[in-house]
Amino acid sequence: MSEVAAVTFNLKQVRSKLAGRKRADRLYVLVGLSATVLGMITLGALIGSLVIDGSERFSYEFFTNFPSRFPARAGILSAWVGSLLILVVTALIGIPLGVASGIYLEEYAPKNIFTSIIEINVNNLAGVPSIVFGLLALGLFVYVFGLGKSILTGGLTLALLILPVIIVATREAVRAIPPSIREAAYAVGATKWQMIYDHVLPYASAGVLTGTIIGLGRALGETAPLITIGALTFIAYLPAAPLQLEWPFLNFEWLLAGFTVLPIQTYNWTSRPEPAFQANAAAAAFTLLMTTLTINLTAIIFRYRLRRRIKW
Amino acid sequence: MMNGLLGRASTIGLSAAILAGWSVTAAAEEIIQIDGSSTVFPIAEAVAEEFQIANPSIRVTVGLSGTGGGFKKFCRGETDISNASRPIKASEMSECAAAGISYVEMPVAFDALTVVVNPQNTWAETMTVEQLKTIWEPGAEGKVMAWNQVDASYPSDPLVLFAPGTDSGTFEYFTEAVNGKARASRADFTASEDDNTLVQGVAQEKGGIGYFGLAYFTANADRLKAVKIVNPQGEAVEPSKATVESGTYVPLARPIFSYVRVDALDKPAVAQFVEFYLANAGKLSEEVGYVALPAEAYAKAQEHVNARRAGTVFGGANKIGIPIMDVVNAEASSTPTE
Repeated sequence: MSEVAAVTFNLKQVRSKLAGRKRADRLYVLVGLSATVLGMITLGALIGSLVIDGSERFSYEFFTNFPSRFPARAGILSAWVGSLLILVVTALIGIPLGVASGIYLEEYAPKNIFTSIIEINVNNLAGVPSIVFGLLALGLFVYVFGLGKSILTGGLTLALLILPVIIVATREAVRAIPPSIREAAYAVGATKWQMIYDHVLPYASAGVLTGTIIGLGRALGETAPLITIGALTFIAYLPAAPLQLEWPFLNFEWLLAGFTVLPIQTYNWTSRPEPAFQANAAAAAFTLLMTTLTINLTAIIFRYRLRRRIKW
Repeated sequence: MMNGLLGRASTIGLSAAILAGWSVTAAAEEIIQIDGSSTVFPIAEAVAEEFQIANPSIRVTVGLSGTGGGFKKFCRGETDISNASRPIKASEMSECAAAGISYVEMPVAFDALTVVVNPQNTWAETMTVEQLKTIWEPGAEGKVMAWNQVDASYPSDPLVLFAPGTDSGTFEYFTEAVNGKARASRADFTASEDDNTLVQGVAQEKGGIGYFGLAYFTANADRLKAVKIVNPQGEAVEPSKATVESGTYVPLARPIFSYVRVDALDKPAVAQFVEFYLANAGKLSEEVGYVALPAEAYAKAQEHVNARRAGTVFGGANKIGIPIMDVVNAEASSTPTE
């Protein structure tokens, strides 16, 4: 009899606790939703204000004109070409280095103190403020190697900056491949490299690519390290074209040319006395934002397509 | 591969875009490297822009590392021309001399340092240099916090201070002219290398006061008020083109400079650029908000360039309030005096 009473009492308690948990559940949904909406509203407001401020500047000429002291004549040609070339150098250097390091650390490296130290360092590097990379680049690339404030220096700097991101993304993607895939490859007589090249890498490519593209998106928006190496300049010309009509058709002079990039051009315009330049800054910032969004969107599409191909 | 077509199409599109936007040239062009003061930057930039329109084969880059940062690069031989919002300092002269770099000093325009207050500030129409010193001297830090401490007739509104960063030539000039010693200043003010931040600050604070170049005041005259400064003759003078030209806006009008390396002048492109610079600096400096020097000053500077007259007339220290024609006619020297 007393037992029954105790059970009903407990049931009541359980019910009220359950109701409490459900309330907490709903509350969490509300908090999570408002956090998401807040972020979206901020981004929306930012894009909206950039569009409103910059709308008067959007025209074909804005993309084909060099910077100028006349706001209406000033464009972002040298800035977007600079951003593009820097990104090419960054990708050509950062991706092979990052992917190779990631694969080595995950597949080949023995587990000892030495590799643990490397691992900790890589993870720490991902959190180092970008200005520090700029200072390193100023000392090493600009002065020791004598590369000057060139596109090559800028690309190397940003490649270093995104290296940890690529390494971490590669390692995580490689780690996610089930061991059975590796064992199956070994079972039919594959060497370690054959196993990695034919199986691990293709399956991991979606994750590697996503990490890489997000890293490149970050590189595109970086200002501080490039200002440190001395890229805050008025540049009204383009570097020598990488392709030419005469033999050998390729020209690497552009690697050593000075440059400016979109975020630096934006920063330059925001600090001008004439209020009309704020419109240029807004238009340039909008262009940069849209480019970054496009890059991230590309990453999402690639990931989706690559994932669909994988069938285990 | 599924993305093959997409990838190829975008590669082709990208290459086409690059080729279309690019003149396919193989010849190496000459590059003129300019760096230094952000105050002089708008003038140098305007000259570079016009010069490149007239001479498309010569390339000019203009950086803005600040006066001090510019001289560091200049004395390492990295740049051809260095812009400066104050004359070269003794330490920089020795640095350049040690590296075997000699230079011709060219005054390129006047800037009028403008003391600004909030438009709601009805009391400080006119201020003396002593009053400015009361506000800005190092001893005022943490003590002079309200306007009535500057002058008993002022209200008790709190003083809110805005000034350029300590690396700027503007900060050096103002502290020298007002406090009597370069870089001697109270430190409890909002500092920014970006003058627009200072504009915003003073425009939003009723008790705000700040200083920067005339160009920033002219562009924001609708939300700021310029203070008339009492000159040594006892006249209250507002900053303007007319008062700078007449030499009455003292001591806050200052010449700003470009220094060109003597050996760089042997490069035809640099010599051509300098000639273009001095011929157009007057017109272009007015266009970007500064005050042009008298025409004879530019002519004299061109003579100095032609004669490769090396050194500075300031002897490594700043001198406040010398008439510009005395500056261009004075003897130059490459070694600091004293």
